[in-house]
Parts: sequence; C-alpha cells; structure tokens
Amino acid sequence: MINFFKKSKLDLPEYWVAYENIFNTKQPENIQDITFVVLDTETTGFSYEEDRMLCIGALKLINNDINVGDSFEVFIHQDHYNQETAEIHGILKEGKTTRLEELETLKLFLAYLKNAVIVAHHAGFDVTFINSALERHGLPKLKNKILDTSTLYKKTLIRSNLLEKKDHYSLDELAEKFNISVKDRHTALGDAYITAIAFLKILVKLKEKKITTLKQLLRIY
Amino acid sequence: MKNTISHRVADFLKNYPPFNQLLLEELQELATQISIIYKEKDAIIFNENDTPHTHFYIIHKGAVSLNKTETNTIVDICDEGDIFGLRPLIANENYKMQAKAHEESILYAIPIVTFKPFATSNRDVGNFLIDSFASNTRNPYSKSYRGTLYGEPESGEVYNPSAELFDLQPVKYSKKLVSCSPKTQAKVLAAKMTSKNVGAILVLEDKLPIGIITDKDLRNKIVTGKLPISATAREIMTSPVITYSKKLTITQAQMAMIKSNISHLCLTKDGTVNSKAVGILSKHDVMLAVGNNPTVLIKAIKRATRTKEIKQVRKSIMMLLKGYLNQNIPMTLISKIISELNDACIKQIIKNSITKLDTPLPVSFSWLALGSQGRSEQLLHTDQDNALVFEDVPAEKLEETKAIFINFAKQVTQRLNVIGYEYCPAEMMASNPKWCLSLSEWKTNVTSWITNPGKDEVLLSSIFFDYNNVYGNQELVTELSNHIFKTAKNYPNFFLHLASGSLQNPSPTGFFRQFLVEQDGANKDFFDIKRRALMPLTDAARVLILSHNIKSINYTAERFEKLAELEPNNAELFIAASYATKALLKFRTKQGLLHNDSGRYISLSKLTKAEKIKLKRTFRTIKEIQELVYIRFKVSNLLR
Repeated sequence: MINFFKKSKLDLPEYWVAYENIFNTKQPENIQDITFVVLDTETTGFSYEEDRMLCIGALKLINNDINVGDSFEVFIHQDHYNQETAEIHGILKEGKTTRLEELETLKLFLAYLKNAVIVAHHAGFDVTFINSALERHGLPKLKNKILDTSTLYKKTLIRSNLLEKKDHYSLDELAEKFNISVKDRHTALGDAYITAIAFLKILVKLKEKKITTLKQLLRIY
Repeated sequence: MKNTISHRVADFLKNYPPFNQLLLEELQELATQISIIYKEKDAIIFNENDTPHTHFYIIHKGAVSLNKTETNTIVDICDEGDIFGLRPLIANENYKMQAKAHEESILYAIPIVTFKPFATSNRDVGNFLIDSFASNTRNPYSKSYRGTLYGEPESGEVYNPSAELFDLQPVKYSKKLVSCSPKTQAKVLAAKMTSKNVGAILVLEDKLPIGIITDKDLRNKIVTGKLPISATAREIMTSPVITYSKKLTITQAQMAMIKSNISHLCLTKDGTVNSKAVGILSKHDVMLAVGNNPTVLIKAIKRATRTKEIKQVRKSIMMLLKGYLNQNIPMTLISKIISELNDACIKQIIKNSITKLDTPLPVSFSWLALGSQGRSEQLLHTDQDNALVFEDVPAEKLEETKAIFINFAKQVTQRLNVIGYEYCPAEMMASNPKWCLSLSEWKTNVTSWITNPGKDEVLLSSIFFDYNNVYGNQELVTELSNHIFKTAKNYPNFFLHLASGSLQNPSPTGFFRQFLVEQDGANKDFFDIKRRALMPLTDAARVLILSHNIKSINYTAERFEKLAELEPNNAELFIAASYATKALLKFRTKQGLLHNDSGRYISLSKLTKAEKIKLKRTFRTIKEIQELVYIRFKVSNLLR
C-alpha cells in the first residue's frame, strides 16, 4: 500500500500518528499469529460520494479464534439518512443503541484496527467507504493490508469445464456454500461474522492448494 | 459489550442444558465473555495430560471426539450442544482425554471464571453438571453406555430382565454337549445317551452340527426295524439341524419348537449351522422355565381356520409390540418375536388357503417373504413383498402349473390384505406372473440379474436376495440360494454394482449434518427414515455379507454383528452400524405406532430436540459405512 498523501506527521492528529506508528512493527509471517480484522459496513447506499456509513461491524480473528467481547460494532450518526436502513438497525437495538459521530467512530475504529490485516467480502466497497470518510476529515487512507473473501473464494473453486466461475460471489452464496447460518445477515457485525467463518473455511481449502502464507494470500487476484 | 454476535451466541446457548436454566440477561452477559473457535477436521483441541485451559467448550457446529491416545480409542463423540473439557477445570486436574475435531467444528469457549458463579448460585445448573460427570457420555460409540441411547430418560431405570418379563430371559441350556461322529454306530451312541442321561445326541462333522438323533429317531428308525442296530449316525440322524443362537430367549425357544414341531434345538455360536455347536436345548428345558404369553398367540394363530380370526390375533400382536417397546426391551428380541408371530400368521393363511383349494396343488412350492419381511425387520403393517417358487415340471406342463399357482397366490395375497398387509404398489407379489416362477425360471432370472446388472436388476436383486422361506419346500429355497452364491462368485462385478446400488441413497448427513428433508410431493418437510437412513444400512449390510458368502443371516443388525466378527479391524464400526440399525428401526416403529402408519415419513417439526439429536447420531455411522462400501468395492471405478 503506497500512501499518496504523505502529509507531514505534525499535521495529523495524535490518534492517527499512533495508528501509523504501529506499522513500524511488522505483522508476523505465520498466518496463525496474524491478527485479522474482519469487517463489514452498513451504508445508506452505493455511492461513494453521496452515501454514508451507518455502522461499522468488525471482529478480531487470531489463530482461528474470535473473542466475542472484543468485537467492534458502532452505529454512526449521519445527516444523510434512509428510513429503510434505520429499520434494519432497529433489529439490533438492545435498549439503547448509541450513535456516535463519524469522526469519533473513525478514531475508535483506528484504535481497534491497529495494523491488523483487513478481511472483508468485496473488501473494496467497505474500504473505499472508510477511506472516503477519512478523507472528509482530512485524514490519509488506511494503511492496512487487505484481503477480499470474494477473490479468495474464487481461488478455491476447482477448474472444470462443467463449472463456470462467476465474476462475483455474494456473501449469501458463500454462506450457503459453507453452510453458515445467515441469521444476522445485513447487520454489519453479523455479516462480519459470516465473512469470518467463510474466511476460515476458505483458508482450509487454500491450504490444500499449498497457499499458506500471507504473502501468497495477498498475491491472489 | 453486548453486540450482534453475543446475541447470536446467547441465542444458541439457551437451547442447551445447563444454559437453558439461566436467565436471558445472564446468558447475554456470559456470551460476551465467550470466544468462538474454529477447528478444522482433525485439529487437536487439547491433549491428554495437558494442563487445563481457562475455559471449557460447547460445540456450536460439528463434532468432537474424545480419545484415549494410549489405546487409540474413541471414548465419546460430542456434537451440537454437547459440553466437554469442563471436568478438569472444576476438579483441578489435567485433561484425561484428548479432544479432537471429528469434523470441521465451531466451538464456543466459555471461561470457567465467568461461568463458576452461575454454577454455584443456580442449583439446576450445578445438578446438571454433577449428572453429566456421572454419565459422561450419551452416544452409541461409548462402550459403557451402549444401548441406552434410546432409553427412556424419564424413567431412568435400567431394564431388568428378571422382573416382569420372565419369558424374555435367555434360556438355560445344557452346555455339556453330547455328540458323536457321523460314523458312530447306533448301538454306541444309544449307550452314550443312556450314560449321559440325555434324550438327544448331536452329530458333528468338523465340529459343525450336521444332524441330530433323538429318542424318537431311535424308536422310529431302529426299533421299527427300518434300519439295523449297526446303522451309522449319518443314516439315522434328522438333518439338517435346526440351529439358533445361544442368546435365544425362552419365548423364542418355545416358538421355534412349536414352529418346527421338534423337541430339541441346537444352539450354535452364531446361530447358523456354519458355526460351532455350543449347546442343546430340549422341550423339557423350556417347560421348566415356562413363560406365558406370545406362546398363547401362536397357539391361537395355529388354531385359526378363518382369516377373520387371524386378523384379531394380529391386533394382539400390535399390543404386544407396543408393550415391548414401552418396556424398552432390546430391539433384536422384539424384532424376532414379532416377526415370528407375523410369520406364523402368514403361514397359517397359506395353510388355510391350501385346505380351501378344490384340487390339491400339483407340485411342491415355497412361499418366500422378501425385503424387510424376509429380513425379519417388518414390525408394522406394511406392504406385502413376496414371491413363489415351485418345483420344476415338464415344459408342456409349465403354463398350466403356473396358472394354478398364480390363482393360489392370489387367494393368499388377498387374505394377507384382509389381515392388514397392504398390496405392494410395485406388484412384487407372488400373485404377479413375474414373481411366481418355477425353480429353473427363478435360476434363469437370478442369473441374468447377476451377470447383467443394470440399475433395475440391482434393485430387483436387493429386494429379492433378502428372502426367507415362510412356508413350503425348504429344498427349493436352498437350491436357489446355492445357485445365487455360485453365480455371484463367478461374477465379482455384480458386487460392485450391488455396492454402487447401496450408495444410491446418500447418507443423511449434510455438511453439518443437517436433515435432508424430502424436497417435494406429499411428503414435503418430512424425513424419509426408510430411504435416508435404514436403506443405506440394509443395502450396505447385504452387499458386505453376500461378499463374505454368508447366506443364513438376513436380519441387518445381525449381519453387521457377524461382519464385526469376520472383520475385527472394522468391528467398532460394524457394531455401531448394528446399533444404529436397531435404533432407527425402533424409532420408525415407535413413530408408526404413534401415528398409526408405516412410520416411514417423520415430521421434523414434531420431533423433540432430544429425538433429533438421537437420530442425527446414527447418521454419522451411516456415512462411515457408506465410505467403507465405497472404498472396498472400488465404486469409483464404476462411476467414472
């Protein structure tokens, strides 16, 4: 990841500098020692300019282990609003769902994310939304390495004349394929959880193809 | 922090003990402290003698085996909702067993520190834990608890055979076998019988029983002067010997004697004439033990001259079946008793039909029960599957003879229908010209099935090969059996097709062992226990036992038991399969009695969670048996 912004560190707020500094220590090579942050965002729509993030859900995956208490689920207060998506959040609401301002959310998220490897389904979408938000607040783009379960999944499929590979596989398709309950589908953290389990299953399949290091994973396209 | 995932975890936990005893808020609190762990197949969770983790586990998805590494044995297999790895945490000791992902699994790791206060403050939770320590295991692989899977949890009592069901006790037979060789002279063997004070002597050749000589034989054959006093045992003996397994109960023994009109039974190691004789049982032995009930029914059947009377008796048989099931009597026993009674009914119907004929039948014949009835697995009223084989006649007489037998068979099947056997929708009945053939015709038929095994032929042979002679000339049947085995031996390819046919019905395990519910038709949302669970087992047992050239065992559970004996390295799996067969059969029978149908289609929504778990546990075995068949007969070669 090349950072085009290269602003002087002095111009950036403390929390960003702290986030950036973590990248001085390298991620371990061994996949099981790497911290993955599996994330999903809920947005008001599909436009990177117009639409806004309403929720970031993320969880940490270390050595096939998800610590439920250490997951990230923040609802964001946005002026741009959409009644339908609000109703979706209502499902999640347990008494008092507090909404934070976007910048506050980003601060918390950076502190949670650290230098973890980001995993997301169609990661480009979520990462672009986060980056747009960062940009609105005068911050550089995320520095983390990124893995896309959609791409990784395609790599697990067998090459066969009988099987036509699609360009895109939806999270629902993955959930069905891997028999993951879609109970909390369309909530950010719920989707992150489905993505995480799918990711773990994909890793097992890739292992059979002798793809075992982060470097190899990042090379898959 | 409460979040979507902790809700999800709490939602799962609330279905399983002891968590179902906790309040929702408590559960949600607990859930936030949990880790979700993913394990690939065969990944180790902890090893024997490891120091305990800070948490114990509940299985969310998949299955985990608990093993003794030293002996390399599986002690228990846990699946969805089962807890493991808790005891060492409370007892402060190292793990006593290795835990390994038996399948790809998702586990919830619950920190003991968080959980302990709940266990101490909530009595039910504490009690559950104490109970589960006492009986660490609830599955068919487990040695000490084998057989109790289908036990009635509410009563908690172990079936005690000596209590009310006296007549189901195993018989006490004399183990001191009095025997002689086929060459022994009458004079010598009679002296031996006198000195040992027995009424029967067994004739052994190569340690296998080939005949029996009773006081009656000596009276009828020697004293009458038919044979000289110097005659050898081979000339005098009654042959073949009627053999039974030593696990015979008093009731079964009584019925066996009544059925065959004999006074002595020979007990052999596996119940067939192919294994060592272990004892002899006389009518006197049985009289001493005296029981008092299915015998009464048998007598009633035997006295019945009208179909209506037999129909009445069959109602009593169903009552008996219900009673046996409620008393939790071993399934093998139930099957045997009930199918003996069913057989007796059919036999009596045939007998009555013969006496009602205007003209006697031209030649001897044999009435064969096929499929589940042939395997003695038919407990409920289901379809009739039967066939008729008659003695060969000159070519010019064939059509005429056949017509007579078909007409006769029609009367029998009609009467069977009256007493509760539905007609077979596929017309596999002796009244069908295709299923009423002379011995030679059957041989030709069977040969073509074996040598040219297409899909239909395999299906036909799998129904036909489990036949059982219900009535008539045993020699015809024996000759047909010999023909089948001889032909099959020359066409090993046949086994491959039979094996492939046995894999037609995929085991009911999905990726995470979810139920495959029937997709369409009237039985949508129902689980077809016959096609999905029982048939894969019976089909596999058939091909395996046929390939071992064993012809005298038809009952699937017993076939698996025999296989376990023949292949000690696979014994564990075969025993599990035998167990699964019995469990499923019982399940189906209970369902059938409950809903008054064949019990074949089970509504999943009506099953309790416990019943679902019980069913699912047998699926694992089905899958493994199918894998074994697949590999053994190299089915992949065929599918290519």
